[in-house]
Amino acid sequence: MSNGVIAITEQSEGVLRKVACEALSEGKRIAENMGCSLTAVVLGSGMENVSDEPGKYGADKIIVVDNKALSEYMTDAYTNVIAEIVNKENPSVLILGASSQGKDLSARLSARLNAPLAMDCVAVRIEDGNVIATRPMYGGKILTDVKLQGKPQIVAVRPNAMSIAESSGAGAIEKLDIDAGKTDLIFVEKQLDTGKVELTEADVVVSGGRGMGGADFSVIEELAELMGGAVGASRSAVDEGWRSVSDQVGQTGKVVSPNLYIACGISGAIQHLAGMSTSKVIVAINKDAEAPVFSNADYGIVGDLFEYIPLITEEIKKLKAG
Amino acid sequence: MDNKKFHAICIEIEKGKWMKVSLFNRKERIYKVEIIVLLKQVPATESFIGIADDGISIKTEDIKWVINPYDEFAVEEALRIKSAHGGTVTIISTGPEKSVETIRTALAMGADKGILIKNPEADKCDGLGTARILAAALKNIKFDLIIAGQRAVDDDNFQVGTALSEFLSIPNISLVEKEEIVDGKIKCYRTVEGGTVVLEAPLPILFTTQKGLNEPRYASLPGIMKAKRKPMDIKSLSDIGIDASEIGEPMVKIVAMKLPAERKGGKIIKGDSAGSIAAELVKVLYEEAKVI
Repeated sequence: MSNGVIAITEQSEGVLRKVACEALSEGKRIAENMGCSLTAVVLGSGMENVSDEPGKYGADKIIVVDNKALSEYMTDAYTNVIAEIVNKENPSVLILGASSQGKDLSARLSARLNAPLAMDCVAVRIEDGNVIATRPMYGGKILTDVKLQGKPQIVAVRPNAMSIAESSGAGAIEKLDIDAGKTDLIFVEKQLDTGKVELTEADVVVSGGRGMGGADFSVIEELAELMGGAVGASRSAVDEGWRSVSDQVGQTGKVVSPNLYIACGISGAIQHLAGMSTSKVIVAINKDAEAPVFSNADYGIVGDLFEYIPLITEEIKKLKAG
Repeated sequence: MDNKKFHAICIEIEKGKWMKVSLFNRKERIYKVEIIVLLKQVPATESFIGIADDGISIKTEDIKWVINPYDEFAVEEALRIKSAHGGTVTIISTGPEKSVETIRTALAMGADKGILIKNPEADKCDGLGTARILAAALKNIKFDLIIAGQRAVDDDNFQVGTALSEFLSIPNISLVEKEEIVDGKIKCYRTVEGGTVVLEAPLPILFTTQKGLNEPRYASLPGIMKAKRKPMDIKSLSDIGIDASEIGEPMVKIVAMKLPAERKGGKIIKGDSAGSIAAELVKVLYEEAKVI
């Protein structure tokens, strides 16, 4: 049944997003398992820099559609173009990152192509030619295996869940001229803070909760910056107006899976734990020794975060210097 | 003018509502917006979720069922658009019969009418199946705007709203934190990694909600009383012309469920001083956990 795997890539300011590299790497593993080829799709406008990069992650072929209508992600234009590529290539599996763009695109594509979709997957395996994807439900309180039947089987991978592996692919570029078709959406403007590490893609997340006592997060900002990480917040810190909604980690916020999650002054409500439980290592710092966060952490310090975080920051500085 | 109408207008003037009546005739008031809100009943987020004996569904006893939090933002935004532009707010849900409770809650918040498409097999339905049911139900209903939650916090699929817009051949914008409707067009502020993208589209459109869009109101006691008399249309799949076999076998099937691996449980770092505790933590993160 195999007609290959297509990975839809995503870029930010002319650079492949980390989640796109993860989707390509996982796509390559699926393709090897199924004994077929991996094709990367790169959409955009004037993106010579990115075009051949997917080859590094094992893409045998790279389909490039360079079109002014694709310079910004627009659901309708992107769906029209990708649906045409899928109809031409007839892939068995379509893989992409479950970023804000990937979630929107994969949902619309699933309806356009009448194709099964597994959203926000943390693991994928192939059984008898079908995708079995593991995906968190109930905000991560449950891990579910779903079996996809149909074609193509769409897999949207959760940021930070799949390992990046470089491998050689021929990476032959095939430029296609595809019209963006009928579109209704009009791009007006965007405001992006590109200097900021994206919470869902960060290797280290330092989060503050009610124990921060106010909007001054400078101690944890400093620690996060030192480790090239991002700052998160509990729901109560967001509801207090100390941090913006985009920083919220939890069942009604973002779900994060960093290598290291440091919870500062967060008691550990079940909704918050659900949003960070897939982190590889969890550290909790809290004054209250009874806080539920400790039983869900790998390491804990019972004490005042304002005393310990600066000391930890100093120790890491020493480590980096040495 | 007949006596009855004349009398009614006199009462309006008496109540000091004349301004309101004349405002209603101003040009921008003419663009009434007919709004549909998609609603799903889900377990409250504070619920502990356990796996049922069949291994592929959750234990439903002891669960408190509520409106999906992202759908609450949708109801609130619909009510705000209605109060600014006029129009009606219709709530639609598909699922088991008890979903009617959450529709009533939305009516108590101020929505005008409710539609429930009963589907006793809803938990076996995949996202596309649900979207097909909603598309069939909305086939003969006029609307300018559909608002849906970005995701339901039970299956976390991020799929139904967007798939429905495809089936209805209308545009969609996801993760909207702010919107403005002017002259039959909508401007949406969509959240993306690291910022916001502003898009515009002609109505009708479907958009999905992001936290921060608004602060949902609570249902008032008079609201709850009024909700009991508001229209509630309960239909079966065959009433909307759907044969269960038409939705077909789900293409996405749950084959197993498990609880995430439990942590061994907090190794509390101890020491003589704060400095030595901090140094010990950094040491174990570097040497043992190898994450820094």
